[in-house]
Amino acid sequence: MIAALKNKKTYQEYLKSLKFALYCTTHPLDGFWDLTHEKRGTYAAANTILFLTLLIRVLKLRYTSFIFITVYWEGINIFMYIASVAFPLAMFVVGNWGLTTLFDGKGRLGQVYMASCYALTPYPLIQFPLMIFSNFVTVDEAEFYSVLSAISLVWAALLMIAAMGQIHEFNMGKNLLFMVASLFAMLVIVFILLLFFSMISQGVAYFISLAKEIMFRL
Amino acid sequence: MKKIIKSIGALALGATVFMTSSLSVMASDTDNSYTYNYDYWGDVQDSPDAYTVTNVYTASSFGLDLNFRSPQGMFVKDNMIYICDTGNNRIVQIERTGTEQFEVVRIFDTIKGDTDVKNLSNPTDIAVSDEGDIFISDNGNARIIKIDSDLNYLLQFDLPVDSTVSAESTFQPSKIVIDTAGRVYCIATSINQGLCKYEPDGTFSGFVGATPVTFDWMDYIWKKFATQEQRVRMTSFVPTAYDNIYMDHEGFIYACAGGMDEDDLDSGAADAIRKLNLMGNDILVQNGEYPAYGDLYWGKGGGYEGPSYFTDVTVFDNDIYVCLDKNRGRLFGYDDQGKTVFCFGGNGNMDGYFRQPAALEHMGHDLFVLDSLDCSITLFTPTEFGELIYSAIEDFDEGNYEASGDSWRKVMQLDGNYDLAYIGIGRSLLRQKEYREAMDYFELKYDDENYSKAYKQYRKEWVEEHIVVIVIVILAAFLIPLSIGRIKKIKYEIDTADIFET
Repeated sequence: MIAALKNKKTYQEYLKSLKFALYCTTHPLDGFWDLTHEKRGTYAAANTILFLTLLIRVLKLRYTSFIFITVYWEGINIFMYIASVAFPLAMFVVGNWGLTTLFDGKGRLGQVYMASCYALTPYPLIQFPLMIFSNFVTVDEAEFYSVLSAISLVWAALLMIAAMGQIHEFNMGKNLLFMVASLFAMLVIVFILLLFFSMISQGVAYFISLAKEIMFRL
Repeated sequence: MKKIIKSIGALALGATVFMTSSLSVMASDTDNSYTYNYDYWGDVQDSPDAYTVTNVYTASSFGLDLNFRSPQGMFVKDNMIYICDTGNNRIVQIERTGTEQFEVVRIFDTIKGDTDVKNLSNPTDIAVSDEGDIFISDNGNARIIKIDSDLNYLLQFDLPVDSTVSAESTFQPSKIVIDTAGRVYCIATSINQGLCKYEPDGTFSGFVGATPVTFDWMDYIWKKFATQEQRVRMTSFVPTAYDNIYMDHEGFIYACAGGMDEDDLDSGAADAIRKLNLMGNDILVQNGEYPAYGDLYWGKGGGYEGPSYFTDVTVFDNDIYVCLDKNRGRLFGYDDQGKTVFCFGGNGNMDGYFRQPAALEHMGHDLFVLDSLDCSITLFTPTEFGELIYSAIEDFDEGNYEASGDSWRKVMQLDGNYDLAYIGIGRSLLRQKEYREAMDYFELKYDDENYSKAYKQYRKEWVEEHIVVIVIVILAAFLIPLSIGRIKKIKYEIDTADIFET
């Protein structure tokens, strides 16, 4: 592991796989096929893209012009704000993998994660220049910002759909069906988590009250 | 558009943000100062008093033997105050001779002249024209009467003659205003087609300014399925009747209405206050972050709940309008852009609090509030803070931008949480062509419209100043890659040239 860090070839490979994300954005079908089947993507690059996405989402709060985003700083919890992207993504990856495994999906959990992260590329790619650009416009020119911002999201969503299709080797109809099914899987996960935590808290509360009662009697 | 982005942003921030923001509001709600204001976020910001109570007057403090009984209407003309002592069927005319000196000019409950009914009955409102003619909404006698300054009967205005008004119904005029031409606009109980408009000769000429009808889609669908009998029992979709009207110095009618549906108020489908032009269209400017409907938070507390109920409105000559909320006994001041200037008051027995406020009038910058249960008149005079705000706004309207900026700076020193002060300083700087500083002030209080105005000018100036640098940079951006390519090409040609081959 540490030996690999000293090897120059590791970095070249990392940069190459990171650059491959750009290829994926413009050639989604070909790109996402090669991502796993030709092993042209790496987890390091996927993590980098996810990190950049989260970082730029946080930076946007501070550095976008107040014309577009006004932030109630008293109400911001930076960890909650990061989790608002990271948590749904994690749920999507797990939910999608869990479902597709049952229905002939060829993608493994790690591959689904990698492809999802690669599909996020347009977000940092567009939002970062947009963030700087936003400080040089007036409200009359605000439409440019809104349109570009929307494009980055739509593009990422389309990439996500393309990526899942290629990873799992699904045809279009089945792919779309499982994208929708994944959303329901996410809901189920949320429900189970809620159930789990409320059960745990009730269980803990039971033992706490038991202990209190014993201490009271002693 | 911006509102949408803001709300999407708010959604994205998630439930935690909402929870904490509403919690903080509740926390500051409990120990409010008397005067407060809403900032950009809708948070309550304590504020120095814009008005203080000079005195509370009852009938006996004016030297009257008979106490007021549920007075409903009040009218101020120059330094004359007319009070409709509704319960005693009389009008009391009082002259203000000094800041705190009042003299009763006359009290009358009968009129003279050519009419059968000479006694006033249940007068609810009064208006006085420039010529001195007095218009009284004589509710108990189902008429509006016009009398001259010596109380001689001149005219009367009766039930509107219109196909939508049943001829058998009794005319119950409640509030009236008159314009400079002598036309009368009146709100009458059980007439919700708008304001009844009468020509100077007493003929009814139509309804103006009905509120747009709002209805619930669910109710509408239910109504489609309901039988005839059920339909009768259901609420009908009719315009909300106004509660009070005021004619401002430019001849526009400010009309306020209370008892609106909470959702309609929130969505902007219903207006608590409207400014009507001659056509009866609403031309009130609502550029504030929140609509001008009084309190933003309607939680239960102290026995009161629901939105503010505007029962009267008055408009200063500087276009600031003040609304009187009879639900929580508060006064809300808004500027000509619809931004909150001040909110103060409350229900209670102390000076400056009300039991059942009924009418609001202004004399100069002073405010009179008539309380129909307490049978008293509260006189509010502006504090130094209030006067500074007024002078800042008036100076700006007159074009004295520097003086306006100075006043706003003093306001800011007294209250650093006062949003209008920052925007005011910014606007005055903008007029003085200090664009960079103006932008800073606008950004502090999230005023994107004005910020953009300042920024546009600033950007233009910047480009004009740096045009040489910009041209050089653009040329360099094109020429340097070009020339590098050219040099490389030449170099390549030289390297591969045959003559150098050995």
